[in-house]
Amino acid sequence: MNLFFSWSWLPKLAQGLLLTLELTGLSMALGAVLGLILAILRIYGRGPLYPAYLLASGYVHLFRGTPLLVQLMTIYYALPTVGVRFSPFVAGILALTLNTAAYQAEYFRGAIQSVRAGQMQAALALGLSRLQAIRHVVLPQALRLVIPPWSNELIYMVKGSAVVYLIGVLELMGQAKNIAARTFRNFEVYIVVALFYLALIFLLTLILRWVERRTRIPGLGTAGRL
Amino acid sequence: MLLRVEDLHKRYGKEEVLKGVSFSLEKGETKVIIGPSGTGKSTLLRCINRLTEPDRGRVWLEDVEITSPKVNINRIRAQIGFVFQDFNLFTHLTALDNVRLGLIRVKGMSKKEATARAMEELARVGLADKANAYPAELSGGQQQRVSIARALAMDPKLILFDEPTSALDPELIGEVLAVMEDLAKSGMTMLVVTHEMGFARTVADEIIFMEKGVIVEQGPPEQIFSSPKQPRTAEFLRRITDLYGGAR
Repeated sequence: MNLFFSWSWLPKLAQGLLLTLELTGLSMALGAVLGLILAILRIYGRGPLYPAYLLASGYVHLFRGTPLLVQLMTIYYALPTVGVRFSPFVAGILALTLNTAAYQAEYFRGAIQSVRAGQMQAALALGLSRLQAIRHVVLPQALRLVIPPWSNELIYMVKGSAVVYLIGVLELMGQAKNIAARTFRNFEVYIVVALFYLALIFLLTLILRWVERRTRIPGLGTAGRL
Repeated sequence: MLLRVEDLHKRYGKEEVLKGVSFSLEKGETKVIIGPSGTGKSTLLRCINRLTEPDRGRVWLEDVEITSPKVNINRIRAQIGFVFQDFNLFTHLTALDNVRLGLIRVKGMSKKEATARAMEELARVGLADKANAYPAELSGGQQQRVSIARALAMDPKLILFDEPTSALDPELIGEVLAVMEDLAKSGMTMLVVTHEMGFARTVADEIIFMEKGVIVEQGPPEQIFSSPKQPRTAEFLRRITDLYGGAR
C-alpha cells in the first residue's frame, strides 16, 4: 500500500477546521449561559420559582435522554413541517447548543452544590441578597470547580460537532468526507483529519490547564475544594 | 432594649428543638448561652437573624420586628453580625476582600472607603499584615479573627457568636477569646454560644443555661457558677468542669 497525501487538501481542511471551531465555540458559549441558568433554577428553584425548576429539570432530562443526532434531525428536518426553517449552520448551532446546555447544566449543578453551604450562609448573614450571594460568593468558587468537567464537555463537543456534516455543514468532517469521495483516498484523508482533531484537542487541553492553574485559590490543593 | 426574643419555637421533623424561648439583650450587654450539645443553642442564634426560619414566636431588633414577613431581612442581617463555628470565610477571597465584600455590596461603599474601613477592622483583630492572605493560608485562629473583623466592619448593632472557638486547636482558642473580650469591653452587644466557661464567667454580664429547647436558668455569672438555683444547671456545670478542667 502506498500512501498518498496532497497539499491541495489543506485549504479545504483548514476551512473545515475553522468551521468546527466556530460551531464548538459558539455552542459551548451559548450552552454555558443556558446551562448556568438551568443549573441555578434546578438548585434554587423553590417557592414561586418551582415551575421554573420543573421546566429546567424537564429540559435537562429531555436533552440528556435523547441522542444528539435525533435532536439535530428533528430541528433540521422535522421543524420545517411545522413551518420553522433554519439554515444548516443555524440548525447545527442550535442542536449543539441545546444539547450541551443540558450537560453543562449538570456540571454546573454539581460544582455549585460542592461549594460548602456555609459560604451561602455567611453571605446571607452579611446582608447580601440570595442573588448577590450566588453571584459574588457561590459562582466564583463553582466556576473554578467546574473547569475539569467542563473541559471534558468541550473535548466531547469538538468531536461531537462532526455530526452536523449530516445536514450539509462543511466542517472538518464534512470537508474530509468530500475530499475522500473525490479522491478515493479514504485512509489518508481520515488519518489527516484525525490528526487535525488530535492537535486541536491537545491545544484546547493545554489552554484549559493553564486557566485552571491561573484561577487556583492560593493555599488550596485543588481549585476551591477544602 | 436592643434585642427581644419572645416565645421562639422551632421544630425539625418530629423533634422540637426550641420550645418557647424568651429573653432580651440591652445595648452593650454580653450574654453567654451555655448548655449541653443539641439543646437548640445554635438554632436559637440562627432563628434570630432568620438563617433558620422559626416556626413560631417573635424577635425584635430595637423597635423593628425581624420575624414580620414584611421586613426586608437582608437589611436586618446587615445590622446583625454573625460569627460561625467554622468561620465560613469566603475561600476565593483574601482576608481584605472578605471584610470588604459586605461594605461594597451591601453598604454601597466605594472601594477606597471600604478598604480603609476593612483595614481598620483587620488591625483591630491584629491581622493587618495578613490582609492579602487567602483563608487557606491562615491558621484557624486567624481565620476566625478575620471573620470577626468581617462582622465588625458592618457596624452591627449586635454580634451573634455560634461556638466561635469549638473548631479551633486548643492553642488557638486564646487569641480569639482575647479579641472577643476586648469587643465586649468596648461596649459591643454580644450574644455568645460557647463551652468556654472561663470566658463565660469573666466576660458575660449574664449567663443563660439552656437545655432541651428551653431556658432552664439565667442570671449573673457569679450566681450561675457559684450557687445555681436549678439542680440541672449544677449538674451540667459539674460535668463540663470535669471535661474541660476548671474555669480559667
